[in-house]
Amino acid sequence: MLTKKQLITKGILAVAPHMFSVIPFGIVCGAIGIELGFSPILVYATSIIIFGGASQIVFLQLLSGGASAFIAVTSVGVINSRHLLYGAVLSEYLEKLSFIKKLLISYIVVDQGFAESNKFFQKNKTEPYLHYHLIGTGGTLWICWQLATLSGIILGSFVPEELGLKFAVPLTFIAIVVQDLKKLDHVIVMITCGLSSLLFFDAPFKSYIIISPIIALFVAALVLRLKK
Amino acid sequence: MTWLSIIIAGIITYFMRMTMVALVDRDLLGEKVKAVLAYVPSAVFPAIIFPGIFINDYGTFIEMNDPKIFGAIIAILVGYFSRNVIATIISGLFSYWIIIFLL
Repeated sequence: MLTKKQLITKGILAVAPHMFSVIPFGIVCGAIGIELGFSPILVYATSIIIFGGASQIVFLQLLSGGASAFIAVTSVGVINSRHLLYGAVLSEYLEKLSFIKKLLISYIVVDQGFAESNKFFQKNKTEPYLHYHLIGTGGTLWICWQLATLSGIILGSFVPEELGLKFAVPLTFIAIVVQDLKKLDHVIVMITCGLSSLLFFDAPFKSYIIISPIIALFVAALVLRLKK
Repeated sequence: MTWLSIIIAGIITYFMRMTMVALVDRDLLGEKVKAVLAYVPSAVFPAIIFPGIFINDYGTFIEMNDPKIFGAIIAILVGYFSRNVIATIISGLFSYWIIIFLL
């Protein structure tokens, strides 16, 4: 059995490599907000209140581009709706927590934290304090995201654009799913999602980010049926 | 008005995160749904990966000789065999940099 401290440490170590993309992305996110003409406090508030990488940039870009508040808010909702899927997966492991703890821990769930903790949960289902792993991954991501966006707001985008660190974002997600390429059923689901995301990229409200997972999950259900 | 929209966007985002964890009883999900949920990472993350590689800042498709494709292939190979997250990310970035800076 692992102690709470060991679980938090494992969580921190699991997400640490993803900082290659999270920190530069956070700096750019803070800097873009200022470049678009928003006040520093307002830009930073999005990091605390929305706390959702790409959705913060899209939100500020839409507002500064003259889109209505309705469109900006809807886009954030659509982009972040994938969290319903993460929540559904995590609920199995967080079932025993009190209602208050569930409310608190939900705030710090982000893509990379969900991915790494979910991998750990699958292999360690019997550990009693599993959620501490999620506190380790989510807490690290939260702190780094806050510091990165803050430094972008204060210092501007000091990461040279020529480095193309935006490319680190797809790379960290490749690192997350690459081992599942060993399983044909997962490969089929991944290719379905990837191709759908390119096909629906221009769909309104950035909805490709939720349309393609839904299509891919339908294919997953079909694959499961065929496997039987 | 901007502040109000930030707060509403934040509340919506928080509800997306919290609803399935705190409000929905897991027993409501059938066994079939639970089996499909095991595919969530494979069904969601390619929607971040593919556009991140194949679509540029202007929303159009990249050329087939774009260094990002090369970097992604290297990252997939290194990741697949090393099972190491840092090696995957670094190898992808470095092979990308080698092409854009040295070649």
